[in-house]
This record gives sequence, structure tokens and C-alpha cells, in this order.
Amino acid sequence: MDQNGVPSKKKVNKKSVLIDDRVAEEITRVEELSYEIKIGEVTTHNLISVSPHETMIQVVELFRHKRISGAPVIDDDHLVGIISMEDLIRCLLKSDTNSEVKKYMTSPPTVVKASDPVVEALKVFVNTHFGRLPVLDDEGNLYGILTKGDITMGLLRALQRDYQIEELRRYRASHLFEDIESDRSSLILRYQIKPHDFTNGGAASSNIKRALIRLGAAPMIARRVGIAVYEAEMNLIIHTTNGGVIRVEIEPHRISIDATDDGPGIEDVQQAMKPGYSTATEEIRELGFGAGMGLVNISRCVDNMILESTPGKGSRMRMKIYLNEDSVGEASQSK
Amino acid sequence: MTLDEIIKELDLTILTSGEELRQITPTHGYVSDLLSCVMTGAGKGSIWVTLQSHVNIVAVAALLELTAIIITEGATPDEATITKANHEGVLILATPKRSFEIVGRLWEFGLRAAN
Repeated sequence: MDQNGVPSKKKVNKKSVLIDDRVAEEITRVEELSYEIKIGEVTTHNLISVSPHETMIQVVELFRHKRISGAPVIDDDHLVGIISMEDLIRCLLKSDTNSEVKKYMTSPPTVVKASDPVVEALKVFVNTHFGRLPVLDDEGNLYGILTKGDITMGLLRALQRDYQIEELRRYRASHLFEDIESDRSSLILRYQIKPHDFTNGGAASSNIKRALIRLGAAPMIARRVGIAVYEAEMNLIIHTTNGGVIRVEIEPHRISIDATDDGPGIEDVQQAMKPGYSTATEEIRELGFGAGMGLVNISRCVDNMILESTPGKGSRMRMKIYLNEDSVGEASQSK
Repeated sequence: MTLDEIIKELDLTILTSGEELRQITPTHGYVSDLLSCVMTGAGKGSIWVTLQSHVNIVAVAALLELTAIIITEGATPDEATITKANHEGVLILATPKRSFEIVGRLWEFGLRAAN
């Protein structure tokens, strides 16, 4: 923890040495949640309070009967202190159980606000030795009592909610095709690719890959589509005059990818398909592109590839990946 | 051998955030400066040694789910590359040493090419 009591990244990660990165991600999520969730959301409401004029022996009875270890002290509807098991022990050691609560209570109590994020309460817990904190609403009235256990439970509930939402999303996405009845259902994703936009190079392919994973595609299929789309995307960025469009059609039995542009077109498609052949400029090659392997990579990743081009008019590349095992043949290429 | 141990042994500079990324153990290694070759040759979980330092190396590493990029011979990536890498959760390391030496050491550590 740092001096403000905020769990610092370093400390959390140090603890997670034996944990894999997925779990480490969740630890960060807990930190995030402690800023998102309000104290009021995790606070216990059903309040058992005592009056400052009750005797300590009455408090002992109350704690035993209600199985609690602390309570707010209320006088005239106002919070005046907090009495805990530790205070009781101090009193018992002095055999002073007939004294009034106000003699042993902690007053004024350290309070937190219901509208503040949970992290504020965590800071107080870290910097003090209090086991519970009275929570006040915006008007300054007692709202409830917060313990460290309440925070843990609250965070766990929030994580569970997160998890369920993601599960539901995945479930809905992966059952998309079963849930929608039609003679032929397909999902079409379109991406506009700008010429020479190297900064966003790979954005379309990573978005498509993520969509496929969410739809329940096998990781190997998602990887093949990702590589094919990446190469098509980079071709549009590197070689076209006005950019182009990538269109991905997802059907239960196959994925069809179309990359189209309006120029400049390819002079010799046969030659373009040869490994190592490239028309990339020196500048592009310096960036690591233009190995002459792009189209070769695509044909390796897809089951079917057709490249058509008219110089001066543009190019169209159609790729297909079959999802039904029987229809998956050797990666083939034509024209 | 985790990336953290490799970083220590090879005295690599860490350019991106995400301490948890360094606890991962890479499964294979790959070296090339041509991105299309990386697309073909670098298996998932590989550590990639390259001279390239521009922003597209991040897209490649993220797409292939590589564990780390080691940029060699003192090449320095620009701010955009680092920002994108942090966003995508890609670990970028740097060294003034040559690719050949880095790959040689990684081989000594037991890393091999993916099939």
C-alpha cells in the first residue's frame, strides 16, 4: 500500500507472482471496482444501535444475543460514537460493567460517506485499526455500518455480476445462429480501410478475430482468419490509391472474406502470387512489409482464394474458410 | 524460464507496462524483420526478435498472441508504438545487442522454433 492506503499496483503484482496473467487481470479489476462501487452499495442496513446511557453489562448481553461485535451509539437520533468488543474487554478488565456506554465508546467516531467509493473506506481501514465504520448519508444521518467483510462480499458480488454478463454475452453470441431462424442466416462485418494508414494497420483483423472468438469459433479458425485478414488489410493500406473495403460474412458452415479496392490494380496476378515477388517501395520495405509473402500467407490460411484484378480499375480478392470439417480441403488457390 | 528471468539474464530494457505480462514463460522463439514472415513462422506464445520498431509490430504480436517483442541493435520505438503496446497488452523489450547474439542466448535457455 502507498501512504494514502491505496493498494498500489506493485504490491498487488508482487503477491501475484504465482498467478497467471488472467488472474492478475482480475486483481486489477478488483482495484477498479473499489473505485466504481459506492460505500452505500456494500453497507449493512439493519442497524442495531445502543444509547450512550445504557450500561456496559447491557451491551454485553446485546452483543451476545445478537451475535455482533460492535454497534453505533445513538443519542437523540444523532450518531455520537461507536462501541466495540475491544471497548467491552477494557471495561471487563476493570470490572466496571455498570458504567455507561459513553464512558467507553470511541467518540467522535471516524465516519465515511455512503456516496463515496469503496476505496475511501479501504484507506480508513488501512490507516486505522477500526473493525467497522459508521456510514452517513448525504444529510449526515446514519446510513449503516461497514465492515471489511462487507467490502469483500460487495466486491465478490460485483465480480460475479461482471462474470455473468460476459458469460451471457458469449452465450448469446455463440448461440446467435441457433436462436435466429431463417433459411440462411449470416452475419456481415464491414471495415473501411484507408490508404497508407499504418497507424491503424491490423485493427480490422484484430476486431474480426475477437468477434469470431465471441461467436464461439475454434481458436485455430480465428487465427487463420486473423492472419488472412491482416495480410489483405495491409495490402489495401500499402498498395491502393483510395483504400478499400474488407467484408467478412460469417455463416454457420463457412467464413467468406472479400477485400475490394478501386485501384491501381495488379499488372500480373500470376506473378503477384509467387512467393517473394513484391512491388513495395523501399520505404515500405524498411517497415518490414513487402516481403512478397502476403498473398502466399493468405492462400496458406484459407481453403479457397480467388484474386481478380484489372489494371487501372482495381482488385477483388475472395477468400473462404470452411467450418465443416468434411469440406476443409488443402488450402487451394486459383487464378 | 519466465520473461522476467530472460530480461534479467539478457539485461533487456523494459519499454511497456504490465508487470504480470513478464511472469509468462514463452514457449518458442522467432526472428525476422519481415512482418509477413513473422505471420507465417511465429507460433502462439513465441518471443519475437526483430529490428523493426514501428507501430505495426504491435498489431502482429497481438494478432499472433506472441509473449514479447525484443527490439535489437538499439532501435527505439516511437511513442505511438509504446502506447498501442500498452493498450493491447504487448510486452516490448529493447537491447543494444545484435539479433544474432540475442537469438543465440535464447537458444541456450532452451527456446526453439515453433513447428
